[in-house]
Amino acid sequence: MNGPARLAVGGLAVALAGALAAAILDLPSAAVDLRGAVAMNLSASGVEHPVTAVLLNFRGYDTLLEIAVLLLALLGMLAVAKPESGGSPPAAADPMLRTLAGVAVPLMILAAGYLLWAGAHRPGGAFQAGAVLAAAAVLLHLAGRLPAWASPKRMLRLGLAGGFLVFLAVSAILLSEGALLRYPLEHAGALILLIEAGLTLSLGLILAGLFLVLAWHPASPSESAGEESKS
Amino acid sequence: MNLAFDALLALALLWSAWRSLATPDLTRAVVMFIVFGLLMALAWARLDAPDIALAEAAIGAGLTGALLLDALGAFGKRRAGDKP
Repeated sequence: MNGPARLAVGGLAVALAGALAAAILDLPSAAVDLRGAVAMNLSASGVEHPVTAVLLNFRGYDTLLEIAVLLLALLGMLAVAKPESGGSPPAAADPMLRTLAGVAVPLMILAAGYLLWAGAHRPGGAFQAGAVLAAAAVLLHLAGRLPAWASPKRMLRLGLAGGFLVFLAVSAILLSEGALLRYPLEHAGALILLIEAGLTLSLGLILAGLFLVLAWHPASPSESAGEESKS
Repeated sequence: MNLAFDALLALALLWSAWRSLATPDLTRAVVMFIVFGLLMALAWARLDAPDIALAEAAIGAGLTGALLLDALGAFGKRRAGDKP
């Protein structure tokens, strides 16, 4: 791109950024104050943290669809991945990295458990805990201790779908009682913890799967030849 | 003090975003993207949104960064395989 064209595009970009900033500053304050409504109904939600109350109770339907979308994304990836035999075993990693992963992963699992439990009364919850679990799995793979996934076996499939199934089962039972995801007051906390525990496990596996399915390279002859020439 | 920190944070965010987009070196772009994600998590924490800060640090910086680095590694391996 030559000088004047670049200048014109840059000018347009700056003008757009300015217009966006002006539009955000010009926004009227929200007509409905949802914070007040959440704070008023927090005691009926079964948890003490407003974000968890909104995600799992007041807007539980959104979270149900969210985990379904994530599961569908992974299913799509598994559908296009080629499950040929003879996949690459985990590459031998630096002994330093192996030791570090061995030390860090138990702590990460502990942190995920804490985040899951803390979600009831302070920032935390299933999504963050699942992300930490997924990071632990990715670290194990990079350290050469966990092979990449070609096609998941039955137990893994159950783990991937388990969180969604638990959520769906709770919703179905509650639907037969009256309304979708309207928890009975005395069991709300326990039901939310049950759903979040399932979500943590499944989210960890799904997010790790996004990495581990992509990391699985079938051992094609050209690639192994390239590796031999390097070594 | 707080204002100075916020101004520094905003400048660092803009700078890392610009470096990530403008650098011709892909490895540096990915590293700057991870730096941007961590700074963004700090910004969310400063905005009193610790939930979003946790999610940004774990998913935005951590997992996405790992995916990008892995993609970079796969590209490098393929290129090395092309010219033995």
